[in-house]
Amino acid sequence: MTNPVQALNSARVRGWLYQALFLACALAVAWYLVSNTLTNLATRGVATGFGFLHREAGFEIGESLLPYSASDTYLTALVVGLLNTLAVSAAGVVLATVLGVLIGIGRLSSNWMVNRFATLYVETVRNVPLLLQLVVWYTILNRLPSPREALEVLPGIFLSNRGMKFPVLVEHAGHGWILLALFVGIAAAIAVVRYGRRRRETTGKPFPTLPAAIAALLLPPALAFIVTGAPLAFDVPALAGFNFEGGGSVTPEFTALLIGLSVYTAGFIAEIVRSGILAVPHGQTEAGLALGLSPGKILRLVILPQALRVIVPPLTSQYLNLTKNSSLAVAIGYPDLVSVSNTSANQTGQVVEAVAMMMLVYLIISLAISGFMNWYNRRVALVTR
Amino acid sequence: MKSHLSALAIAATLSVSVFALSGALSGTAQAGATFDGVKQKGYVQCGVNLGLYGFSAPDDKGKWSGLDVDMCRAVAAAMFGDAEKVKYTPLSAQQRLPALQSGEIDLLARNTTRTLTRDTANGLNFAPTNYYDGQGFMVSAKLGLKSAKQLNGATVCVLPGTTTEQNVSDYFRANKMTFKPVVIEKNEELNKAFFAGRCDALTSDASQLAAIRAAEVQNPNDYVILPELISKEPLSPAVRQGDEEWMNLVTWAFYTMVQAEEKGLTSETVDAAMTSPDPDVKRLLGVTAGNGKALGVEENWAYAIIKQVGNYAQSYERNVGSGSKLKMPRGQNALYTEGGLMYAPPMK
Repeated sequence: MTNPVQALNSARVRGWLYQALFLACALAVAWYLVSNTLTNLATRGVATGFGFLHREAGFEIGESLLPYSASDTYLTALVVGLLNTLAVSAAGVVLATVLGVLIGIGRLSSNWMVNRFATLYVETVRNVPLLLQLVVWYTILNRLPSPREALEVLPGIFLSNRGMKFPVLVEHAGHGWILLALFVGIAAAIAVVRYGRRRRETTGKPFPTLPAAIAALLLPPALAFIVTGAPLAFDVPALAGFNFEGGGSVTPEFTALLIGLSVYTAGFIAEIVRSGILAVPHGQTEAGLALGLSPGKILRLVILPQALRVIVPPLTSQYLNLTKNSSLAVAIGYPDLVSVSNTSANQTGQVVEAVAMMMLVYLIISLAISGFMNWYNRRVALVTR
Repeated sequence: MKSHLSALAIAATLSVSVFALSGALSGTAQAGATFDGVKQKGYVQCGVNLGLYGFSAPDDKGKWSGLDVDMCRAVAAAMFGDAEKVKYTPLSAQQRLPALQSGEIDLLARNTTRTLTRDTANGLNFAPTNYYDGQGFMVSAKLGLKSAKQLNGATVCVLPGTTTEQNVSDYFRANKMTFKPVVIEKNEELNKAFFAGRCDALTSDASQLAAIRAAEVQNPNDYVILPELISKEPLSPAVRQGDEEWMNLVTWAFYTMVQAEEKGLTSETVDAAMTSPDPDVKRLLGVTAGNGKALGVEENWAYAIIKQVGNYAQSYERNVGSGSKLKMPRGQNALYTEGGLMYAPPMK
């Protein structure tokens, strides 16, 4: 049995002690912040709590994926804002990845023009603040002609400073069946791909995977289309009053934010892709050439699978950045979560609650993206057998 | 006057209201002292806007002018017989109430909306409204609109404010119309989007719309402000509670300008009117003594206001009306005899 003074000399005891002290301090600070805020709000007679979420919002939102009107609740308004954030982030992640991979490969191209252009792109977009880029894109889109002088880029598709208007299919009962058939087609295509791979691995014989998969994908919906006799009627946008009516539309705010976020993030992704590819030893390429593989196949089958191990972790943080940067939407009027939350906070005066909810939602979105990317990373990681 | 709030602004407001509370206390402590204090130091310390064209803005020589500035000058004219005896303190929206409460300024003439809270909890007293404002709509003249009721289906650019978005939503719902808002937090970006044609209408306080139009457009006739106002923003000069003498002087200094317009007295005609047989004019100009004594100033106090500042119509047209770049029609700010709200009680 050691006495207490000697116990303090033990690394284990001291480790526990310091950790307990740290935890106590952290809890004390958190408790102080929360109780101080609540006390101050109470003394100033500021209402607290989340009861306001069920009151009528009373303001309109420019674009919504859900049916929304001013008579809906604050909760609905915030969900509309959240969906707008998710929509622009999801589209941005896809677009930025495609663009980033192309530019990244372009930077390694032996073609002088492509190489220089990719370098210029990366250096420009990475070194100009995103907010400025968003304002520039938005200003350009606002310089488009008014609805009455709209550009008809393709029949039925109009470009104006009110956004892009395009025809949409008029709904019909048969469309549900076609959609169902499409899912069947997707399942069939996956089965075909799996069969092709298994056959190649067991017999060594190549299988025309791509044409077969496309056929499997398209055949069921085509059949359903013929059987149900669903009409292909389009709701074409037409000028009425101030603007176009009918059809679908994409607003300049969404487009500017999507382009801005994608172009900016693609610059970073390009560098990540380039460094990932450079991380694969040149010997791998030479080995591929020695086997008689084409350059495209070397990239696809040899380089990229190995490069992905280097690429995926930093790519995750770019996706997180893109999602969080979407909150700059307030500067160009896209009604994202932050914009709707600000308006709600203005009207109710419950700023602490609104900001806390925003922080929580962004935290959840970010953790979800990290979780997914970590899962993907484990899949592409080098498996040691 | 509205300002858009963010979490930061709220924090600032909270901390400011702490000063406000302590200021209110010191304000009560020197009750009745403002009138004597102003008389003793020989000038009026007037709190004005940092720069709002038409209301209070300095020119390139540093000389202040505007509707609110004329209010300061009228009070100085009444007190000292000299409208120039004013010192200006430019104030932000957050600073204005504490500045008055703490005694830093004697009079706040800074496009401030009169509300119940400010009149009571904030320890202020409001003089009569010197400009009836309200949220309105500005549209391109090319659209040929005559009324906000024709805005069904329009896209509307909105500056997020305390109630701006809600007001416009309420208005469209009440009139069974629909609209698409474009909400941009930065003033300049919002104005750029509107003038580029992104929106059919821009909504804000009507006086602000006029100021934006004056600042951004070559020919002000290219844009019209529709007659409907969808919220009440009575902009009023304010003083500290607890000095009735001072409150009386500010109140009647303003009424003098309105009364002068009603009686047809201008800075040019007031000298000739000294011989008028009208008993109301005689009392107003101090030919028949009494009003000055009651207020504790010289009997020629009202004459000095009319001579040096002018009547309300002159001040209005020069600063925000046809004689200015704002080109605001009189609207609610016309005399009651012409369908407006400007009405001076009998001055006897």
